[in-house]
Amino acid sequence: MIPTQFDYIAPATLDEAIQLLADNAYDAKLLAGGHSLIPAMKLRLAQPAMLIDIGRIKDLAYIREEGGQILIGAMTTHYQLESSERLKEICPLLPETAGHIGDAQVRNKGTIGGSLAHSDPAADWPATVIALNGEIVATGKNGERTIKADDFFVDMLTTALEPVEILREIRVPLVQGRAGQAYTKVPHPASGFAVVGVAVNLSLGADDVCQSASVGITGAAVKAYRARGVENALNGNRIDEALAQTASAHAADGVDLNGDLYASADYRRHLVEVYTRRAILKAFAQAK
Amino acid sequence: MSRKPKQKAHIEFTLNGETAEVAFAPHKTLLEVLREDLNLTGTKHGCELGECGTCTVLVDRKPILSCLMLGLDVEGREVTTVEGMNEGAQLHPLQETFADTGAAQCGYCTPGFLLVAKELLTKNPNPTREEIKEALSGNLCRCTGYIKIYEAVELAAAKMRGESVELPKESVYGYE
Ligand SMILES: Cc1cc2nc3c(=O)[nH]c(=O)nc-3n(C[C@H](O)[C@H](O)[C@H](O)COP(=O)(O)OP(=O)(O)OC[C@H]3O[C@@H](n4cnc5c(N)ncnc54)[C@H](O)[C@@H]3O)c2cc1C
Ligand code: FES
Ligand code: FES
Repeated sequence: MIPTQFDYIAPATLDEAIQLLADNAYDAKLLAGGHSLIPAMKLRLAQPAMLIDIGRIKDLAYIREEGGQILIGAMTTHYQLESSERLKEICPLLPETAGHIGDAQVRNKGTIGGSLAHSDPAADWPATVIALNGEIVATGKNGERTIKADDFFVDMLTTALEPVEILREIRVPLVQGRAGQAYTKVPHPASGFAVVGVAVNLSLGADDVCQSASVGITGAAVKAYRARGVENALNGNRIDEALAQTASAHAADGVDLNGDLYASADYRRHLVEVYTRRAILKAFAQAK
Repeated sequence: MSRKPKQKAHIEFTLNGETAEVAFAPHKTLLEVLREDLNLTGTKHGCELGECGTCTVLVDRKPILSCLMLGLDVEGREVTTVEGMNEGAQLHPLQETFADTGAAQCGYCTPGFLLVAKELLTKNPNPTREEIKEALSGNLCRCTGYIKIYEAVELAAAKMRGESVELPKESVYGYE
């Protein structure tokens, strides 16, 4: 399997990459980990005339804390997120999600920025970045802007990024007080991608009352979405098994679910509800 | 660094402990560069899409799928292939136990498994069966049923810890 031929450029700085992309936006593709792009090129689903490899740019892979936020560089690999001891303490949902992606080889090369920019409907990161109320920093020839995760995923394989923009950083707020987070997933038995993936991020008050719930769901529809019905059912109420059950019944409210050879839309609805309930209870258990 | 499609790329990297210099068409994957331009055919072509793991090599000591990495991407990096596992005439303990237990049957998946297992044992000299399974979950084998592979990794780990190890009886005498 051989891709079509292409020009290859590996800029040393972000500014150079921005300029290259500005000059070649409609023929060029950014190359990050290549674990979605290279298969697509081999299958000739993508035939870019130029690859701009952003893997040689210094300081695009990092995990930092600043101003009440966790900042993650776009080129940070799934493995770096999975193995970060600091994240396990301050935002366990990130390493937990990373651990669910593909296998060790995939996690060693694939990046969070590449995954979000690619926006595969069955990718894991989108659910988690939504549940963490994350923001995406996009930079390009017209300057820099911040996009809320809720507005970032537009459609199947389509994001709010402009062709001249580079996803530079992901930001998630540091959680305060008593919190619980969890990711549950039904992996496709062959590909490992999410048939359904549910990320839950709870903030709890005294008496186990839910102060704010944030729920992201992937795999189920053309793009990852926020399950507002579930959040509304949880907010202000005391979390227990019964509440998790009634809240999770709203996990697919108003969503057009995917159906395919492996899982029909009805089966996916069932999975989404069951895995949402499990994620709520798991997040709740973590908060104790 | 910029390469035109018709121009050959020329790069230098460390391959199995030695400096390698190679020229190739820029669209080639590391897998193709290793096999076609460096004649190291130990690394295998399988699915070509990241699913099977048989093309695994170590890049900067981490298992990576060479079918999904451009050859250009290894410039200046350190690559280990199955050809770099032995020390002179001495096989790596994993190579010995894979041969002894029958963890390699047709052998097509073996180079990938060996390199992933090597990296696992470097990080974790005493892995549990579950940890071994998890580490090797990106590698498919159509012959062995995996059990022999897990046993071979456990035996090699014990050997490398300096423990005296005995091969399972059926590996030596076969099943009754
Ligand atoms: C065998 C296998 C199993 C997998 N299993 C899973 C799984 O279970 N769950 C899961 O979520 N994913 C899975 N993946 C996908 C994997 O996580 C990819 O690494 C990821 O989707 C893409 O990241 P990348 O860094 O490889 O990006 P690339 O493939 O390099 O790029 C993907 C796309 O994003 C664009 N892009 C990349 N970086 C940027 C940026 N910074 N700014 C703007 N655009 C950018 C590229 O131009 C390209 O269009 C799997 C992949 C493989 C091969
Ligand atoms: S050939 Fe690379 S994973 Fe199958
Ligand atoms: S020994 Fe034949 S595929 Fe593993």
